[in-house]
Amino acid sequence: MNIIVIGLNHKTADVEIRERLAFTPEMLVEGLSSIRGIRGVSEAIILSTCNRVEMYVYANDGVNIAEGIKDFLSRSRSLDRGKLEAALYVHFDDEGVRHIFRVAASLDSMVVGEPQILGQLKAAFDLSLTNKSSGIILNRLMKKAISVGKRVRTQTGIAENAVSIGYAAVELARKIFNNLGNKVFMLLGAGEMAELAARHLTNCGVREVIVANRTYERGCALAKEFSGRAIQFSDFKKELVNTDIVICSTGATNYVVTHDEMAKTMKDRRLKSVFIIDISVPRNIDPDINRIDNVYLYDIDDLKGVIDTNINQRQKEALKASDIIDEEVEGFNKWLQSLDAVPTIVALREMADDIKKDELARLFNKLNTLDERDRKSIEIMANSIVNKLVHPPTVALKEGAEDKDTLISTIRKLYGLNGDR
Amino acid sequence: MFLELVTTFFELALSCYFTAAILGIVELAVGKASVSRAMKVLIALGFVLHTVNVFLRYVVGGHMPIASMHEATSFLTWSIVLIFFIIELKYKISLLGSFVMPGVFILMLSSSVLPRQIKPIDPTLQSYWLWIHTTLAFLGDAAFAVACGIGVMYLVQERFVKSKKLGGLFHRLPSLQMLDDTNYRLLTIGFPLLTLAIITGAVWAEGVWGTFWRWDPKEVWSLITWLFYAMVLHVRTHSGWHGKKSAILSVIGFAAVLFTFFGVNLLLKSLHEF
Repeated sequence: MNIIVIGLNHKTADVEIRERLAFTPEMLVEGLSSIRGIRGVSEAIILSTCNRVEMYVYANDGVNIAEGIKDFLSRSRSLDRGKLEAALYVHFDDEGVRHIFRVAASLDSMVVGEPQILGQLKAAFDLSLTNKSSGIILNRLMKKAISVGKRVRTQTGIAENAVSIGYAAVELARKIFNNLGNKVFMLLGAGEMAELAARHLTNCGVREVIVANRTYERGCALAKEFSGRAIQFSDFKKELVNTDIVICSTGATNYVVTHDEMAKTMKDRRLKSVFIIDISVPRNIDPDINRIDNVYLYDIDDLKGVIDTNINQRQKEALKASDIIDEEVEGFNKWLQSLDAVPTIVALREMADDIKKDELARLFNKLNTLDERDRKSIEIMANSIVNKLVHPPTVALKEGAEDKDTLISTIRKLYGLNGDR
Repeated sequence: MFLELVTTFFELALSCYFTAAILGIVELAVGKASVSRAMKVLIALGFVLHTVNVFLRYVVGGHMPIASMHEATSFLTWSIVLIFFIIELKYKISLLGSFVMPGVFILMLSSSVLPRQIKPIDPTLQSYWLWIHTTLAFLGDAAFAVACGIGVMYLVQERFVKSKKLGGLFHRLPSLQMLDDTNYRLLTIGFPLLTLAIITGAVWAEGVWGTFWRWDPKEVWSLITWLFYAMVLHVRTHSGWHGKKSAILSVIGFAAVLFTFFGVNLLLKSLHEF
């Protein structure tokens, strides 16, 4: 039996192919039953996100089943087989398990350490459980993958340090102010990125939100969204005196705050620290104000620089994660191997017990003059013979030498135990 | 024999502080919780041994063990570690040990090279005033010492934020505001202690020498230190000089403290000689 991982991700396939192969929620159930329909497949799970489409399969053969799945994909998505092959990767057994663990740990993600993949993996697992498309092997594998994902995130630093503009802004604000709960935040201007960053900051619970927009109505709408208050754009310099954090993104082509203005504002606010994020291009705040004491100015490139450093840091941590993954793959393999022996032992035992029962019944039928005591003695003897015959192969299976696979298949062949799995 | 035992405790405490200082520097480089825990355990152990050493000196000498330069430096170190623990427990400033312990070790090391005999004290000085005056002065100095360590941490962290190069330490150092608040808190502890030390010193001097103030170099330098910290607190509350300026001033202030402590004895003639 083999574990097969077959799929593609943002590294192997461009978005055109990814969207072609992606499974919408409605297609998933059908997809699962199609794959399960392939001869030899006993368990299947499909993970489909915007960055990856992967199928996890447990089947009685590796290469042939993989070919079968490729056929299914190429046929059902009417995609040229060559194109498909170029985008797909296929991993068997150990390598497959390792791949799933790496995906769960977000080591295979576009941004190492991102949290979504774990949730997506759980959802894929839940769907396979409700559809009963997975069984003992893949269920165990998925549970393990989710716990590996958590373990890697807690034991290494791969999920630490902000890697988005919004989080980076919050992280910096926390390193300047410690507690944002008593700070006043001003959103100056608007724009997708500015609003996103503003949302991150307001979610951290600042004391007050002020929105200044050139279009007052737009400002009011934003203020409502952030439960703050809107002010006229021309008033923002007055409000700056009481503001601790500013996100600025106006369409202005000149500086809306100059060095001298800021120096004066700082005097008026008795040098209380202020953190200004200027994400507008061209920049709207005089870069020189960063030289003023207790003023911390970050423009879009500064924030990107911060994020790049953090991504590098995460990648370093990802190396540590590989050790954890190796250890977990080994652990899973041990479990998988022990599992092979158990059903064989059970089948062997059952076969022997059946023979014993049949023969005893036949004997007692013939010798109907036997009393209860004699019957007991004969039964005890039969049990003892069965036990002694079954014992050595049971021990051999349990001990599990390197040639266990051959041992299992030999025993199955010798005792005619095949066809029960 | 007994003095040897006293010395042994001192050497053990010194070794603990040394190892803790090394671990503190290692912690800056590697950032492992286990290293930081080991450092704290060693500081605690060193502090206990140090306390035994100070106590034994008191038992042998029969007076507050600050009669020699060795004793005074050792007691200052002890006070700094005490203040460090109070701040550590109350505010949990990460990496504080890494910034304070190297200084603690250097002070302890200077104490170790000074003559260690237990000297008798001038009988006229033998009174409870000795306890009150010196304890206040030493604890005040210790608060300024830890404020200096936190000031240095502030300057490092502010360098990271201003330069926008957020190295590994940036993530582990506390926020600027927390460092600034704690620095201020320590100054507001140190300043009243120093004030009281000067007042009790004057009252005591009146009792012993018949005059409150004699323009002794130690007195003059204490006054300079006091005025300096009064200025630091004044510009902070009245002109908003906090953050970087306050951090720099608390480093300079501690330099003045150290000069009052060592410089006056080494370079100038003082009644406070040991």
